[in-house]
Amino acid sequence: MTDQLETAQHPEKLQRVVIEPLTRVEGHGKVTLLLDDDNYIKQARLHIVEFRGFEKFIQGRPYWELPVLVQRLCGICPVSHHLVAAKATDMLIGATQLTPAAEKIRRLMHFGQTLQSHALHFFHLCSPDLLFGFDDAVRHRNIVGVIEDHPEIAKQGVMLRKYGQEVIRVTAGKRVHGTGAIPGGVNKSISQDEREYLRKDIDQIIAWSQGSVDLIKRIFSEQFDYHMAFATIDSNMMSMIRGDGAFDIYHGGLRARDPNGQTLFDHVDYNAYEQYLREGVKSWSYMKFPFIHSLGSENGWYRVGPLARVNNCDFFTTPLAEQERKAFRDVGQGRPVQASLAYHWARLIELLHCAEAIKDLLFDDDLLSDDLLVKGDLQARGIGVLEAPRGTLFHHYEIDADGLVEKANLIVSTTNNNQAMNESIRQVANHYLDGKQLTEPLLNQIEVAIRAYDPCLSCATHALGKMPLEVNLLDSEGVLVDRLQKRADGAIGTPQTL
Amino acid sequence: MRAKPILIFAYGNPSRGDDALGPAMYELLEEQQKAGLLADVELLTDFQLQIEHATDLQHRKRVIFIDASMTASPPYAFDPVLPEQDISYTTHAMSPAAVLAVYKQIHQRPPPSSYIISIRGYSFGLGEPLSERARSHLRTAFQFLMGDRVLNPE
Repeated sequence: MTDQLETAQHPEKLQRVVIEPLTRVEGHGKVTLLLDDDNYIKQARLHIVEFRGFEKFIQGRPYWELPVLVQRLCGICPVSHHLVAAKATDMLIGATQLTPAAEKIRRLMHFGQTLQSHALHFFHLCSPDLLFGFDDAVRHRNIVGVIEDHPEIAKQGVMLRKYGQEVIRVTAGKRVHGTGAIPGGVNKSISQDEREYLRKDIDQIIAWSQGSVDLIKRIFSEQFDYHMAFATIDSNMMSMIRGDGAFDIYHGGLRARDPNGQTLFDHVDYNAYEQYLREGVKSWSYMKFPFIHSLGSENGWYRVGPLARVNNCDFFTTPLAEQERKAFRDVGQGRPVQASLAYHWARLIELLHCAEAIKDLLFDDDLLSDDLLVKGDLQARGIGVLEAPRGTLFHHYEIDADGLVEKANLIVSTTNNNQAMNESIRQVANHYLDGKQLTEPLLNQIEVAIRAYDPCLSCATHALGKMPLEVNLLDSEGVLVDRLQKRADGAIGTPQTL
Repeated sequence: MRAKPILIFAYGNPSRGDDALGPAMYELLEEQQKAGLLADVELLTDFQLQIEHATDLQHRKRVIFIDASMTASPPYAFDPVLPEQDISYTTHAMSPAAVLAVYKQIHQRPPPSSYIISIRGYSFGLGEPLSERARSHLRTAFQFLMGDRVLNPE
């Protein structure tokens, strides 16, 4: 049990260690560990220190602006916000069924986005941990280390990422701030030339994606017990699912299963999400804590994202990914795979599926059609849900008679995983840090656990000049006793020695 | 299509207060191109730098990055950028030096001559407009950029 570590009995008597900000995690997260005099963990929490104000940003805006506007919520996954806003505004204009061309072009864009996001995470953000181990020297444990030791892998990562960006550019019309998806459809089809341009590299992309799955399986098998145990927690899992149970990241119903794989709800119309999910708040975090209403906040928290999706789906529609899904599920021996590091494995199965699905779409002539838009009657309420790279993403808008947003509610993917990330760091703190001297490699293990979820903690302000890592040690009165900093060049020391 | 010899990569989030300095500079330069100027320059923008941007540096003689900065001396700083493995490799957003390092590693040759104009910003909240001071610094940096020293050093 780790939840006893959420709140210590007598925090006033404990030392506080702060890891801030987390590296290889987007945004401004902070981990605080309260230690007793013998360095035993008494409390562990992941804090989100920036208040995002997404809803306020959207309120008062005309609905037709939303698919473009919401891209600015996040520099990491603007396409996910773009597409989910388009889905919600489809509903606002009464467009209940898109044309085949519009839906397939949106799906192509979404596969491109997911491919490039997953490629970045594996090849750039987490492969250093996995390839070199968590105790490797910090300067080596990054992409340059990967490139030096595995030059082809690193280059493939760059080229996979680039390919995904090109799919986005072709479908959205621009590399960034695209306007491809609009209420009721899309504003451009794919030309023959554009299709040929994307077709010429897709077999290579599939081969590299398959290679990445082979690599993660090799990494897992080399230290199987360790990878299965590290930061592992038993959790409910929720994801979107197609009507026939197939993996689907663009549209479907909601499926939730308990830690043993028993169905909690299935094929739920996401327009009714408020009946099934609640968002709890805790005084120490800006980020909400969603949970399954019927189970309550104590037991109803869940995980989303690749691990949940690959565990929850009945099959993939593409052959290579389906073969890999079966191998993945075999590891669970009848239960969902609960290892947090298995997020990486599941993410790469999805990467492979995206590559295969892009190829399928590139041979579908519907992409070339000019039948792109449908219209209907204006509605007051629009809800869009899709599976973003990091998990289920909800946009809920309500508009007035002038089409201006009166109310907005967003549940972003990382928020869905909030409790799960906290549970994972408690597990790590309990098993790997307790009673030991705190060192950078040990602290990194907590970051490794969080990175498995690929969280996006804030969205995309990045101005130069921030200290990459700071660790503060405070006594029980909150007085600073010691401080450890990581400089931009990776050097670690106190303010006096740096 | 042959790459233009100069790349100006102005980046930031247009809806994050002074983080919009990069995209705002992009818009100013785009107007210049529409007026027939900057024929040798390719303009790019994005929310932030990432590994694939290393591929945009190919076949360039000179690269100018433009970003907001929380620490540059006002109104802006103009500095050379060399490839460097830094801690930004370990985040979702990279520094220009880190992008150059990726270029060097994947192409096995030095990157093009590169510089960064860091324009001082002050406030970066979601939905905020550019601050008045940042707007003033933007104008100064734009005049500097359009001068001969940056784009036509020879």
